[in-house]
Amino acid sequence: MIAILKYNAGNTTSVANAVKSLGYTTILSDDVSILQSAEKVIFPGVGQARSAMNYLHERNLDTVIKSLNQPVLGICLGMQLLCESSEEGDTDGLGIFKTKVLKLPPKNLIPHMGWNNFTSVKGNLFRNISIENDCYFVHSYYAALCSDTVATTDYILPFSAALQKDNFYATQFHPEKSANAGMQILKNFLEL
Amino acid sequence: MLKKRIVPCLDIKDGRTVKGINFESIRDAGDPIELAQRYVLEGADELVFLDISATLEKRKTLSELVTRIAAQINIPFTVGGGINSLEDAKTIINAGADKISINSSAILDPELITKIAHEFGNQCVVLAIDTKFVNDQWMVFRSGGKIATGIGAVDWAKKSVSLGAGEILLTSMNNDGTKSGFALDITQQISEHVSVPVIASGGAGTMQHFADVFKQTKATGALAASVFHYEQISIPSLKQFLKEQNIDIRL
Repeated sequence: MIAILKYNAGNTTSVANAVKSLGYTTILSDDVSILQSAEKVIFPGVGQARSAMNYLHERNLDTVIKSLNQPVLGICLGMQLLCESSEEGDTDGLGIFKTKVLKLPPKNLIPHMGWNNFTSVKGNLFRNISIENDCYFVHSYYAALCSDTVATTDYILPFSAALQKDNFYATQFHPEKSANAGMQILKNFLEL
Repeated sequence: MLKKRIVPCLDIKDGRTVKGINFESIRDAGDPIELAQRYVLEGADELVFLDISATLEKRKTLSELVTRIAAQINIPFTVGGGINSLEDAKTIINAGADKISINSSAILDPELITKIAHEFGNQCVVLAIDTKFVNDQWMVFRSGGKIATGIGAVDWAKKSVSLGAGEILLTSMNNDGTKSGFALDITQQISEHVSVPVIASGGAGTMQHFADVFKQTKATGALAASVFHYEQISIPSLKQFLKEQNIDIRL
């Protein structure tokens, strides 16, 4: 069973559809025991960082997420909330990844929206994926490069397209919206 | 590099795909889900579903269709037509659409742009503009192109972005259905003047037309319907053609 975190900033329908299409069952939940016993947990997100953090904090979900031991995948805002802090609403994050989320400087169209390839990829999440593969991004804030960065993309500046530390994995792009490349990345996560 | 986007559009009426010539005489081009899946396999970068009868007939876009589409395709898609309120937008986004497109309703109530952007983020709000060249000016029309608004297209584009539109879908009524190429002048003017992505629409007839709009304007996407529906242009050949012209494209 793959648990998808239910909170106020989800794009949960698409994530659930993509995971189901790979042959897994999903449950949308904010229940502590379901999250802790799930085989894997996906932490999706489309929304605003501060209001999402407040929501998680009020329900003690911030502590629950940090305590998870199984593989966890943060997507987009989910990834950004796993970092130390975000400039979007000046909020603290969960602090899993040792990097900050900053606003993209307005030197090109913002948000960074559309298909972009990688400038580097490494690790389990990117098995059978090369820097030539394009994935779908939609974001106005970015996670700065750090020692947890496992994939990089360039738009205005080089940023973390994916992060990994211990059992926590995260992508800035939306694998569930990235056609075959995205499905391969989701499959890689689900097979961990 | 961020890639230019090829965006097939599926005009929907009564749950079926249709395409008007200059917004009139309609031919049936099939089942929307079947067509959408074909486009995804062929390499479409995004899809747009427009319920073309919705504004005129005051009919709501069927959220059931959106749910079925979301279950079948794994690329981003936009749904428009008949979204007149924040509630309508919520229904469509909760059914699985990545973005909603609004046109007449935003002209009649510009605050709607801000309300939807505030709820779901600017990236969810695509402002569709139907424009026609009248008396030496590109003017905005609403209600399926039937009603002149007296508003200039560039002014409306700029205003909508300041209100929260995250993307502009610009259709030239002069070019739509003619297969004579995109309206390069107004596409360039608007893409120069706004800080959000512009999708050019109306007039695609050849692969060169797509190359022209990407080379001569700052549009980041190009939308077409009938050339893809009737297989006059295949998406893989189009993308190969653009790549050979050094346009950044996802293959």
